[in-house]
Amino acid sequence: MQDFGQAFTLAFQLIVSVDPTLSEIILLSLRVSLGAVTIASVIGLSIGAIVGILRFPGRGAIIVFLNALMGLPPVVVGLVVYMTLSHAGPLGWLHLLYSPTAMIIAQTILVTPIIASLSRQVIEDFYSEYREQFLSLGVPPKTAVAALLWDARYSLLTVALAGFGRAIAEVGAVIIVGGNIKHVTRVMTTAIALETSKGDLALALALGLILILIALSVNATVSLLRLNASNSAYA
Amino acid sequence: MPSDVEALQPERGSTDTAQSLFPLNVHQLVYSVGTQRLIDGIDLTIEQGSRTIIMGPNGAGKSLLLRLLHGLLVPTAGEIRWGETPRMDQARRRQALVFQRPVLLRRSVGANLRFALKLRRHTRAEREERLRHILELASLSHLVDRPARVLSQGEQQRVAIARALVLEPEVLLLDEPTVSLDPASVEAIEELILAAHRRGTKIILVTHDMAQARRLADEVVLLEQGRVVEYSPALQFFQQPNAATVHIDGSSRVVL
Repeated sequence: MQDFGQAFTLAFQLIVSVDPTLSEIILLSLRVSLGAVTIASVIGLSIGAIVGILRFPGRGAIIVFLNALMGLPPVVVGLVVYMTLSHAGPLGWLHLLYSPTAMIIAQTILVTPIIASLSRQVIEDFYSEYREQFLSLGVPPKTAVAALLWDARYSLLTVALAGFGRAIAEVGAVIIVGGNIKHVTRVMTTAIALETSKGDLALALALGLILILIALSVNATVSLLRLNASNSAYA
Repeated sequence: MPSDVEALQPERGSTDTAQSLFPLNVHQLVYSVGTQRLIDGIDLTIEQGSRTIIMGPNGAGKSLLLRLLHGLLVPTAGEIRWGETPRMDQARRRQALVFQRPVLLRRSVGANLRFALKLRRHTRAEREERLRHILELASLSHLVDRPARVLSQGEQQRVAIARALVLEPEVLLLDEPTVSLDPASVEAIEELILAAHRRGTKIILVTHDMAQARRLADEVVLLEQGRVVEYSPALQFFQQPNAATVHIDGSSRVVL
C-alpha cells in the first residue's frame, strides 16, 4: 500500500516539476504511437473502405482474417520486425533496428488490422444506409468513398482511438525492436518495465499513472468531439 | 411560386441530345426472391406527361416495381425500356427517386443539396443559383445551415424532394413520400410534386393513401400480388374500377 501512496506523490511531483527525462519519454511515446496510428489509419481505412463497400470473391475470408489479426501478439510482431530489420534480415541494410522508426513499424503492424477491421464495419453500416441513394443519384465510386469517410468521421475517429489505445499501451513489440535505449527509444511502457525489474515500483507505478492519464485525456477529447457532433446530428 | 418554378426550367435543354425516356415499356417483368415471384409478369406502357400513381395493398410489389423502374434492382426476367435510351444507368441519371424514409447525409441542408449538384456539370454560380431557387420553392431557405438530420420528418422529406428536384429530373419517382407525416407536411410535399409536374417533370408515385391518389392521379396502376390488375385513367378508376378487389363503399369511396 505504501508503494501506491508513494507512486501517487511521485507521479504528481514528476508532472508538476516537468521532469525533462519524463517529458522526453512522454513525447517519444506520443510520437511513436501517433505516427503508427496515422500510418495505420491511412492503410487501415483504405482496406476498411474497400472491403466495406465492394463485394468480391473471398471477401468473407478477408474479414475473418482481419478480425483474427486484431489479436496479433505484440511480442511475435516485435520478433518478426526484429528479424526483418536485423543485420542478417532482408531489410537490415536500412539500419533501422533500435530506432523509433522500427518501433513505429512494429506498432503500425499491430494497429492496422484493428483500424481496418473496425472501420470496415463502420463503413459497411453507413454504406448500407446510403447505397440506394448514391446509386439513384449516380454518385461515382471515388466520391461515394469520400462521402462515406467524411460522414462517418466521428465513428472512424473512435476507431483510430482504439488503435491508439493499443499502440500507446503496448510494450512487447517496442521493447524488442527499440531496445529501450535511454534518450533514444525509451517510451512509457518500456520505462515502466525497466523500473519494475530494477525494483523501483513507486517510479514504475507513477509512470503507469501518467500513461493512464494520457490515454484518458485522448479518450476524453475524442468523446467530447463525438458528443458535440451527436448533439448537432452530424454523427 | 410560379416564378420559382420558371427559374428552374432553363437547363432542361442540356439533355436535348439524349433520346426520349418515353414511352416507358415494361415487358413481362419478373422479380423473384428464391422461388417467390414478387413481381409476376408485369406488362405496362407509361406515357410522358401524366401523373401516374401506383397503388395496391401492402406486399403488392409497389416499391419493388419503382426500384426496378429506376434500375436499383435487376429484374429476374423481362425488360424495362425507357423510350429509346439503351442503358438503364443512362435513364437513371435523368430521373430522381425519393424514398419513403429520406436518406440524408450527416450534413447541413445546404450541403446535402450541394452534394447532389456537384454530381452534375454546373459552374459554382449555377449551383448556388439553383440551390437558392429550390430552397425558396421548398420553403427551406431558413433551414439551409441546419443539420439535415435534426429536422422534423416532414422537413427532411422536403429536403429529400428538393435534392431530387434540384437536379431537374425528367422523371420524379416517389415511394410513399408522405407516409406517417402530419397533414401540413403532406400538403407541402404534394404542392412540391405538383410544382415539379407543372414544369414538365413526369411523376410516378407509389402510395396506398386513396385520398392522396385522388388528389394527385391522372392515371392509376393498381398492383396485387406482383401483377397489374388495373391500369386506367384516374376518373375511371375512382368512379368505375374494373379490378374485382376494388369497390366503392356507401360513401362513394374507393376501397381496396
